[in-house]
Amino acid sequence: MKKDFLKNFESILDEEPNFKLEMNSKFRDLDEWDSLTALSLIVMLDEKYNVKLSGDQIKVFETLEDIFNIL
Amino acid sequence: MNIYESAFGLKNKNILITGASSGIGREIALLCAKHGASIYALGRNEEKLNSLRNKIGRRYCKIFSFDLTDNDRINEFIENIEGVDGLVNCAGLIAMTPYKFVTSKLYSKMFDINVKAPLLLTTKLLKKRKIKKRSSIVFISSINGSCIGAKGFTLYSSSKGAISGLVKSMATDFSKLKIRVNEIAPGMIKTEGIESIMANASSSSINEDIMKYPLGNYGSSEDVAYGCVYLLSDASKWVTGTKLVIDGGFTLI
Repeated sequence: MKKDFLKNFESILDEEPNFKLEMNSKFRDLDEWDSLTALSLIVMLDEKYNVKLSGDQIKVFETLEDIFNIL
Repeated sequence: MNIYESAFGLKNKNILITGASSGIGREIALLCAKHGASIYALGRNEEKLNSLRNKIGRRYCKIFSFDLTDNDRINEFIENIEGVDGLVNCAGLIAMTPYKFVTSKLYSKMFDINVKAPLLLTTKLLKKRKIKKRSSIVFISSINGSCIGAKGFTLYSSSKGAISGLVKSMATDFSKLKIRVNEIAPGMIKTEGIESIMANASSSSINEDIMKYPLGNYGSSEDVAYGCVYLLSDASKWVTGTKLVIDGGFTLI
């Protein structure tokens, strides 16, 4: 499950991540992280996990584990 | 001279408005009626259309509840109406689709309602001679796609860009009948329809976005409706093929 999640997360990125993604990675530290990536995350969570989150809800997450825990 | 009789008035004009159930379309219907027009209001929400008709009065407002992508209903509707002096293509969908999530299905969904439906409605009305000579046609597009490319709106922007091209082409072709065709490109307008979009953003990014408007806030449906009434009225009789940008100065800076 976690492995799939990491794969799904990486699929929203346009470039190779500038560090290896692990569950405790702080996703906002990614060079390419911006509002469009945040939006892509929202769309991906809806499509792959049927979880609908808002921009404000995403804001409280720091690590990939934080996101995974609400799925 | 009162408003109905001035060149800015719409007295004795029949105006057909799509997307009239709510938001910008509804406001346009109300304002046109205030300026003396009789309204044909099209939309999908019968309850809201009833409420609109109650507000304007049955004498000056006829409502039609159906989906614009239903060709049979469109054809039936066109057969049965009188000629119009104005057409406002306001029905449309707004959604964010980051380019990675574009699919053929989502493309069709967006383009069917934002481009194909108003294109077919307009051309069918013309073929059946239900748009009178010297009429005015207004398409509601968006600065997004017609002037700028906002983040994450691939399908929406391209559909509104298509409207922009359509308007120029129709303006040329219909000028023979002295029918004017123009576009209104609004900035972000506060309506129910954009609430789902705003839910995707954080409140701080919304506030950041609002700061980009020199006039200081998102617009209202009324702001668009006033521009629409001008384009429908005789005051704009020498205006065709243009884009009226109503955006609080967003595209300035």
